[in-house]
Amino acid sequence: MTRNTLIAVIIVVIALAAAPWAGIGDYIIGVLTMICFTAVFAMSWDLLFGYAGEVNFGPSFLIGLGAYGAGMADALYALPIPACIAIGTLAAVIGGVILAVPALRLRGPYFGLVTLVAVLLLQQAIVVFAGTTGGEIGLTVPDFISGSATVNFYWAFGLMLLAGTVLLTIASSPFGLILQASGQDPIEAQSLGYNIVKYKIAAFILSAFFSGLTGAFLVFYLGTASVGAMVDIAVGIQVIIAAVLGGRRTILGSVLGAAFLTGAGELLRPAGELSGFIVAALALAVIILIPNGLLGLLQSRRAA
Amino acid sequence: MRQPNPTLEVRGLTKRFGGLVAVKNVGFDIAPGEILGLIGPNGSGKSTVMKLIMGIEKPNAGTIQLNGVNLAGQPTHRVAHAGIGIVFQHSRPLHRQTVLQNILLGLLPDSLFTLRAPKSALKHAEQIAERVGLENVKHRLPATLPFADLRRMELAKAIAKNPKLVLVDEPFAGLTAPEVRDFSALITTFRDEGRAVLLVDHNVKSVAALVDRVLALYLGETIAEGSAAEVMCNETVRRVYLGGGITTHERPQKTFAANETILDIKNLSVHYGKAQALDDVSLHLKAKEFVSIVGLNGAGKTTLFNAISGLVPHKGEILWHEAPLRGTPAAIARNGIVQCPETRELFGDLTVSENLLLSGQHLPKPERAQRANWLLTLFPILKTRAPQQAKTLSGGEQQMLAIARALMMNPKLLILDEPTLGLAPVILGQLSEALKTLRDQTDITILLGEQNVTFALPHADRVYVLEHARIIWEGPPSTFATEMAAAYI
Repeated sequence: MTRNTLIAVIIVVIALAAAPWAGIGDYIIGVLTMICFTAVFAMSWDLLFGYAGEVNFGPSFLIGLGAYGAGMADALYALPIPACIAIGTLAAVIGGVILAVPALRLRGPYFGLVTLVAVLLLQQAIVVFAGTTGGEIGLTVPDFISGSATVNFYWAFGLMLLAGTVLLTIASSPFGLILQASGQDPIEAQSLGYNIVKYKIAAFILSAFFSGLTGAFLVFYLGTASVGAMVDIAVGIQVIIAAVLGGRRTILGSVLGAAFLTGAGELLRPAGELSGFIVAALALAVIILIPNGLLGLLQSRRAA
Repeated sequence: MRQPNPTLEVRGLTKRFGGLVAVKNVGFDIAPGEILGLIGPNGSGKSTVMKLIMGIEKPNAGTIQLNGVNLAGQPTHRVAHAGIGIVFQHSRPLHRQTVLQNILLGLLPDSLFTLRAPKSALKHAEQIAERVGLENVKHRLPATLPFADLRRMELAKAIAKNPKLVLVDEPFAGLTAPEVRDFSALITTFRDEGRAVLLVDHNVKSVAALVDRVLALYLGETIAEGSAAEVMCNETVRRVYLGGGITTHERPQKTFAANETILDIKNLSVHYGKAQALDDVSLHLKAKEFVSIVGLNGAGKTTLFNAISGLVPHKGEILWHEAPLRGTPAAIARNGIVQCPETRELFGDLTVSENLLLSGQHLPKPERAQRANWLLTLFPILKTRAPQQAKTLSGGEQQMLAIARALMMNPKLLILDEPTLGLAPVILGQLSEALKTLRDQTDITILLGEQNVTFALPHADRVYVLEHARIIWEGPPSTFATEMAAAYI
């Protein structure tokens, strides 16, 4: 990270930490909370796509496992929230490994297709076992993190700080270097003596861990686990767009991408049905015009 | 020549891809402090041998012993740990990391839990950067480096873990003469340190000054082994590279004197990023002439043809019927310059007759049928294959279909790019007959690009030799063997 980027990050962190005291309403605090959640999902995805070079079309598979794992532990067994969240996270990691180990043997677009099918499979399973999962209506959980928007925000914000720090540290460590080499030129990475499958599976586990953990938190924020909010392909697409929009292979860019997507969605809410269309069109324009993403754009401006 | 304690000992190495035997019972030794050159034309199996040693491909039979330990069939990362380093011809460096970090990549332990690079590794990376001559650019990003420095970086990564054996694929491709001297000196230091070195290249000439011994491969088999001078004089090698003993049938130049200069290329240059693919190339073709461009893989033949067909941007002039050649690739093809590309580019799911009729769409129906019939007499085998999907044909049949499809376009100039690539000798005979028919019975001007001289010379009226992006020789095929021998093997 350059010195300028570090200063910018510190300013953003302080501003976000102070935001609830700046006299903004609960509504804005709620939007900021969702931005934090989406940012973690996008960062976790960027580790796989940007560094390991694997396109995971199923981020919502991992998010969904975390959400439903935690939600069912609470709704069915009334376990304490920390235990529920641990169970959700574990479910995502286990599911992620079961998916990644065979899928990473496949070449090219097939890895992506397998991850896509995994999402559909999870979605169908939730609908079929509606008795325990709540099916299409969703699963209402009895517990909440907190009734205060500010407390909820700080949990989400803390989660984003944790995920960002861990992922960024790993991405810029020798592990990250080897992971990038495995993504860009797998044959050369192996010729330099690295067992690249090991690194890719480790990256998948990390990605699953943070996606699942955050998915579990999201359940106790929204008070419900639902296919529409956590599992649907459209949720995964939002995550992918946030990561690409923010800037591939940056981790940090995901925060910008999430802020843009979620923020624009809320700002355009008065436009009704049209808002989704406008946000998608804007995202498309950014991806085509600045393939390095928003962060890439800011950094190249500064360099120039 | 068997050494007492070789670093590398390869025995009975065999690799099949489907029905094709790419490497057949190949064996050799490399002693510590010895440089072996592995040479052979395109498709000879030399790159496959290198990949088999590195574990990128798994052999069907044979052993690969490094200091007595058999590595055949082991995964690449284990082979690397055992002490083999490789310099690829094409590699993708990490573009967001500095040169030093890229070199560091060759030095890290294979462990998930290294969150900080060991100090010793950082120091070592600095030393290696200095050794290969990158000390002044070590903090720059790879994209800002000239081509030779990128190659130095690859060399640095390969030797970082102190391998006992270093494999180098086309060590001097794309380098200038002074850079070649620098790289030779570097590779010589590997030898002096007691490492075994394997250089893989197209011909003896490019590695002659450096190697202790040369092993020549052709169609997957060893055809010669010995000193560079011995291999250059070897009868089989001379036949493979120079077409020794073939008869040429050039028509005297005065035959064409009165003909129009149908294609006239002046000072053509093409760059791919930093690499120069064609350098100031000038050549011409008279109408009805048959001209062969002879050159090894990477010399620039395909680039030349793609420039003519309007597929790559270029500098210089291309005159077609004495007027500048313009327009889209499609317009150029309709104007009569039809290329039959090296990769064939058939429509695999369409049948043989559909492939033919598709490229005759612009012809009136009777003429289309007539032309298709003529082509089926030129290549009788295609007649029996007419309802088959193109992808089900053998390599030789696919090549015939590709040529027939190009001829269906009714070309004035037919460009054939490496039609013999990967084909069995018996097919070459049939293709050669077809070219003779085209030359003697039609008005089509032919431009043939080949590295296989036994195929390129017999029917040619004139020959150009392309080497490292430049034309280095022009003349009748009958004098090729005597004048070009030293430069071509």
